[in-house]
Amino acid sequence: MVTYIVRRLITAALILLGASFLVYLLTAASGDPLEEFRASSAPNKQQLMEARTELLQLDTPAPIRYFHWLGGAAQCLIPFANSCDLGKNIAGQPITDALGHALVQTLTLVTGATVLAILIGITLGIITALRQYSTLDYGVTFMAFLFFSLPIFWVAVLLKEFGAIGFNNFLRNPEIPIPAALVIGAVIGVLAAVTVGGEMKRRLLIGGVVFLFAAAVLMYFSATEWFKNPGLGPLVIAIAGVGIAFAVTLLSAGLKNRKALQSALIAVGVGLVVYFVIQPLLDQATFLMIVLLAIAAVLVGMGIGYLMGGYDRGQSMRAAALTSFLVGFLILLDRFMQAWPEYFNNSRVRGRPIATIGASTPNIEGDFWTLSLDSFTHLILPTIALILISLAGYTRFTRASMLEIMNMDYIRTARAKGLSERTVVMRHAFRNALIPIATIVAFDIGALIGGAVITETVFSVRGMGFLFLDGITHVDPNPVMGVFLCVAITAMGFNLIADLAYSALDPRVRVKA
Amino acid sequence: MSQPSQQDEIVAEDAGLPQSAAGIEPVLEAKGLSQGQIVRKRFLGHTGAIIGLVVFAIIFVMAFTSVGYWGIPGWWKYSHDEVAPLVNDGVPTASLWPLAWGEHPFGQDRIGRDLFAMTMRGAQQSITVMVVIGLIAGFIGVVVGALSGYFRGWTEAVLMRLTDVIIIIPGLLLAAVMAQMAGRRDSGGWFSSFASNNGILALGIFLGLITWVGLARLMRGEFLSLREREFVDAARISGASNARIIFKHILPNAVGVLIVNITLTMSAAILTETALSYLGVGVKAPDTSLGLLISQNQEAFATRPWLFWYPGLFIVLICLSINFIGDGLRDAFDPRQKKFNAKKAKDAGHPLEPTPVTAFDGTKDD
Repeated sequence: MVTYIVRRLITAALILLGASFLVYLLTAASGDPLEEFRASSAPNKQQLMEARTELLQLDTPAPIRYFHWLGGAAQCLIPFANSCDLGKNIAGQPITDALGHALVQTLTLVTGATVLAILIGITLGIITALRQYSTLDYGVTFMAFLFFSLPIFWVAVLLKEFGAIGFNNFLRNPEIPIPAALVIGAVIGVLAAVTVGGEMKRRLLIGGVVFLFAAAVLMYFSATEWFKNPGLGPLVIAIAGVGIAFAVTLLSAGLKNRKALQSALIAVGVGLVVYFVIQPLLDQATFLMIVLLAIAAVLVGMGIGYLMGGYDRGQSMRAAALTSFLVGFLILLDRFMQAWPEYFNNSRVRGRPIATIGASTPNIEGDFWTLSLDSFTHLILPTIALILISLAGYTRFTRASMLEIMNMDYIRTARAKGLSERTVVMRHAFRNALIPIATIVAFDIGALIGGAVITETVFSVRGMGFLFLDGITHVDPNPVMGVFLCVAITAMGFNLIADLAYSALDPRVRVKA
Repeated sequence: MSQPSQQDEIVAEDAGLPQSAAGIEPVLEAKGLSQGQIVRKRFLGHTGAIIGLVVFAIIFVMAFTSVGYWGIPGWWKYSHDEVAPLVNDGVPTASLWPLAWGEHPFGQDRIGRDLFAMTMRGAQQSITVMVVIGLIAGFIGVVVGALSGYFRGWTEAVLMRLTDVIIIIPGLLLAAVMAQMAGRRDSGGWFSSFASNNGILALGIFLGLITWVGLARLMRGEFLSLREREFVDAARISGASNARIIFKHILPNAVGVLIVNITLTMSAAILTETALSYLGVGVKAPDTSLGLLISQNQEAFATRPWLFWYPGLFIVLICLSINFIGDGLRDAFDPRQKKFNAKKAKDAGHPLEPTPVTAFDGTKDD
C-alpha cells in the first residue's frame, strides 16, 4: 500500500514537471506581451516596454525563465518557511496573493453548486432507476440530455434575463394573477402526479390535492405580499417538521420502528421550543455560531434517540439527529426570511435583490444576516447554472449504476429472504451503487479548484478561471502557472484518493503494491 | 465474426434458460441473427435515437445546402457576411401560422446581416469541428489505447504517462495558443497561413489532438480485458501476427464501446467549440460560429432577442440529437442489456405477499 502510494506520488511529480514545462512554453508562445504598447502612441512608449520587459524578464528565453520560475516554486515545498515565490503578474502583484483571493471566490461559487448537484443528481438517479421506463424516468432522462446539451453561457444569459431582471421586476409588485396561480399550481400538480407513481387513481388524487394546495398557497402569497415579507412562522415549521420526521424515519428506519418515529417527533417538538428561545440569540449570529448550533442540533437529536432507546438504538439516534438537523435548517431559513425586508430595502440594494454580476454588492453594510443574504442573492444564479449542467451526469451515472446493482444476484437473494423493499433498496442496493459514484465525486471535487472559467466570465466572478483567462489574454505566464499548479496538484491528489477509496470501499479491488 | 463474442454467449445462456430470473427479460429476439443485425435492430427500435438521427440529418442537409460549402453556392439568397437593407427593423419574418418563410426567417442583426445565413454557417462550423474531432480523437485514441493495452510493458508506461501529461494541460490554453498562431497572418509560416484560411479545420484538428486521451484510456481498458480472452489465445496459437490479432480479433469486439464514446466525445466537442468561440479564442470574425454569434449578441438580448435564441437553439438541437444517437448506440451495442422491470419482478415474485414497487410507497416493513 505504502509502496503504491509512494510510486504514484513520484510519477505524479514527474508528470507535473513535464506538463508545467509545456504549459509555460505554450503560454509564453501564445502571443506578444508587448503588443498593447507597440500599437499605442503614448510618448513614454519605449519606457513602458522596457519596464515590462524587465518585469517579465523577456530578454531571457522562455525555457530558462521556466527554470527560474521553478526555482521560486520549489521553495513552496519547504514547510513553514513561508518563502513561496510563484512570481508576479503583469501588474506587479505577487501570484500567491492573487491565488489566495481567487481561490476563496471560486470555492464559494462552486462548492454549494457541486454539493447540491451531487445530492439532487444521486436522488434523481436512484428514483429513476427504481421506476425504470415510467413517465418520470423518460421525463428525467430527457431533461438530463437537454441539460447536458446546453451551453452554459447561453443558460447564464437566460438566467440573467428571466431569473434576475424578470424576478426583480416581479418583486417590485409581487402580485400573482389568479390564472397564473392556477397554471403554476397545475404544473406542480402534474409533476407530483408523475412523481408519486402507483395506480392511475392514486396519481390523479395526489396530483389534484397538490394542485389545489399549490394554487391556494400562491394566491395567499399574492394577497399578503409574502414575497416582500417572507417568513415561515412556528406553525409552518411544526407542520413541515412533522412531515420531515415521517420522511426521515421512513427512509432510515421504516415507519414500523415506533421508537425511531417517536424520537424524530420529539426532536421536532424540541425544535419548536428552541425556535422561540433562540430568536434573541440569533440576532447576534456569526458564522461560527451557526456551525456550532448545527452541531448542537445533531447532538441533541442523537441524545433524544439514545434516551428513547428501543431494540435498535442506532436507528432512533440516526432518525432523530437527521430530523433535528433539518428542523434547525428550517429555523435558520425562517430567520433569513425575517432579515429579507431589511436587505430588500437596503440603500445599496434598492429593491433589486437578485444580482447578475460580481460576488457581493459593493460597499454593503449590515449584520450577519444581511451580508449572508447578499452573498446568497449573488450566488444563486451561477449556482443554478452550474447545477443544471452538472446534474445530468450524476443522474445518468447513478441510474446506470443502480440499474446494474438491481440486477445482481444478491438483490434477488435479499428479496427472496423476505426483506422489505425499503431494506433492499436502501441497505443492499443503494450502498453498493454508491461505490462507483464515490470515485466520480472525488474526481469532480478535485476539478473544483479549477473553477468554472465560463461561468466566472459570464457572472464576472474574479476566481481561478478568471485569473487563468486573464493571464492568457495578457500573455502573462505566472498567473497561468499558478492556477495550473493548483489545479493539477488537486486533480492528481484526488485521483489518487479516488483509487484508494475505491479499493477501501470495494474489497474485490486491490491496489497493486 | 469468426469468434464467439460475448453477445453469442449471452444469447446461448438465455436460450438454455427460458425461465430466467424474475423481472429480467431474456434477449430472445436476438436468436439466429448476426451481431451486426442485432445491433441494427436494437438501434432502429430506439425511438429517441431515430428521432435524433432524423433531426440531425435535417440540420445537416439544411446547413450544408443552404449557404453553400467550400465555394459551392447554396440555395439561400444571402451569405453569412452579406449586408442587406433592414426589413422591419430586423424582426424575424418566419411564422408558423400562416406558414411562411419570408425574406429573413430568423431576422437580421443591427447592420442587416441575415441571421438564417449566419446560423447555418455556424451550424456548418459546429458539425465540421465535431466530425474532425471525432475522426482524429477516435484514430489516435484507438492506436494509443490498443498499443498500450495490447503490448503492455514499456509501450504502455510511456504512452500512458504521455496521456497523463496531456490530460492535465488545460484545453483553453492550447486553444488560445492556436488562436494566436492563426492570428499572425503576416509571419507567413505554413501553419499560420493554413489556420487563417481554414480556421475551423485548424481548431478541430487541434482539439482532436488533445481530446483523444479519454478514448485512449478507455480503449486500453478494453484491450487489457479482451487480450486475456480465449479467442485471442486461439488466434495466437494458430500463428496470427500481432497486427492481425489487434485489428481482426480484438478491435471488432471493442468497437461498440468505441463508437458510443466517440459519439459522446463529439457532442462534448460541439460545446467546447462554442465555448471557445464565446471566450474569443475559437472562431474569429469575419467568419462566424454559433458560440461567436451568442457572444456577439448577448448584450442585445433586450432589444433583439432572436439574435440570441436561434444560434442557441441550434447548438442545443445538434448536441441533443447527437446525445440521443449515442444513447441509442449504447443500448444497441451493450450485450448485457436486459430489461429489468420492477413490476414484472413483483408479479413473478409470486402471490404470497405483494411487495411494494419502491421504497417510498411501502409501509409494510421489516
